[in-house]
Amino acid sequence: MNVPDDLLYTETHEWIRREGENVRVGITDHAQSELTDVVYVELPKMDRQVNAREATAVVESVKAASDIYAPVKGTVVEVNKALEADPGLLNREPFGEGWIFVLKIDDPGDLKQLKDAAAYRQQIG
Amino acid sequence: MSQAAQKTTPLYEEHVRRGAKIISFGGWLMPVQYTSIVEEHHAVRNNVGIFDISHMGQLLVSGPAARGWLNTMLTNNINKLEVGQGQYTFFLNEDGGIIDDLIVYRIEEQKFLLVVNAARTDEDFAWLERYRPKDVDLKNRSANFGGVAVQGPRMPELFRALFGENVNLPTRNHIVDLPFDGTSVSVARTGYTGEDGVEVFFRAEDAVKFWNSALEEGKTLGIKPCGLGARDTLRLEVCYPLNGSDLSPERNPIEAGLGFFVDLTKPNFIGREVLVKAKENGSPEKLVAFRMQTKGPPPRPHYSVFDDGNRIGEVTSGTLSPSLNYGIGMAYVSAPYATIGTRIDIEIRGQKFPAIIEKKPLYKKS
Repeated sequence: MNVPDDLLYTETHEWIRREGENVRVGITDHAQSELTDVVYVELPKMDRQVNAREATAVVESVKAASDIYAPVKGTVVEVNKALEADPGLLNREPFGEGWIFVLKIDDPGDLKQLKDAAAYRQQIG
Repeated sequence: MSQAAQKTTPLYEEHVRRGAKIISFGGWLMPVQYTSIVEEHHAVRNNVGIFDISHMGQLLVSGPAARGWLNTMLTNNINKLEVGQGQYTFFLNEDGGIIDDLIVYRIEEQKFLLVVNAARTDEDFAWLERYRPKDVDLKNRSANFGGVAVQGPRMPELFRALFGENVNLPTRNHIVDLPFDGTSVSVARTGYTGEDGVEVFFRAEDAVKFWNSALEEGKTLGIKPCGLGARDTLRLEVCYPLNGSDLSPERNPIEAGLGFFVDLTKPNFIGREVLVKAKENGSPEKLVAFRMQTKGPPPRPHYSVFDDGNRIGEVTSGTLSPSLNYGIGMAYVSAPYATIGTRIDIEIRGQKFPAIIEKKPLYKKS
């Protein structure tokens, strides 16, 4: 399973890329492989304020709907509209074109709560 | 349920070896998919797929009084079966509610094979045992037998490759015993996918041999091993009910739209009185098939069904149809709305999405 070293991770299988005051969020390779065939992505509304661990997006596979959580407190400043037309991007490029939303973070200190690649690798065994 | 309590089929090691994703289903560890539900689904619609159905229960009822007695336990009429023929039927409780749906085969003049749902096998056995007269023999052979479903338009080619060019396929709903590689297997022309197909039953020790032969011979036909995920999308497209979702002890076959498999001309069978009344008075709710009108999120079990703001029912099965590329499902709705062409709304996470009640099956081969 691909777990890039330069990203942060949550226990609920989101990845986080720091981009200045923002974080870009998606789901990991492991998560997309567990979900299988993503057929629908429900994106959050722009400017929505979310708390850490708040359900922010929904990813639906053939079998089930799964919540995607905000990794830290922040405001939604960008959503990946490309997923509406092509939800399969999540399976094909989970760390690239398959990103889900961007948050403007309230407190960069919150990022300390997240896992590094080594810790996430250990989690998924 | 703990891992230790989970049952496995004789093909479990093969599923793991071939990299299947395993889930718990009705107390069994079963493959949900090998590579992709959508790919496996299309393999069955276009070529051929093979499913492990060894978890399903296999009960044997025999003896001189077997036919007469069994006909009081089942809704369909087994007097219509010739030797080698099967039919879809139900076990009902005294309230007419569905304990299980099954296929009963008359495999000998006085012997019947009942293929039942995995999670209900013990319950079905206990139910039969409770009513069984002394001169009827009842056996649960499930632990010693396995089975596979081979489904898809290229099944006849695979059948000939496995059993011989000059061996005839059984006709629809019929079962035959055929020699296979030094052993004997039973082949029934039936399935749960809407495609031409067979279900093959064999002794547990022959399971791996049959499974691997079918996959080897099927290579040039585009065969894929398939999991429960594709089994569910395939059956839902053709509106075959799933016990535990679309059928339950609180629902009878009339409201499920399956009255065709109930013979009310039989003088008596368990649940008959309730069904006669249900037919006379009409059911308050009916099971309908629907299709989403937009490319929104797929419907799921337990979502509410609305008409113009009024809640009129609940979804029992739902998915994205890989063949139609739309959300589809089945739902119990209040009888006045249960007509083809009725526009309904499905509530998904607080938002209503339009759907339309359609004729079953939702998917038909073009």
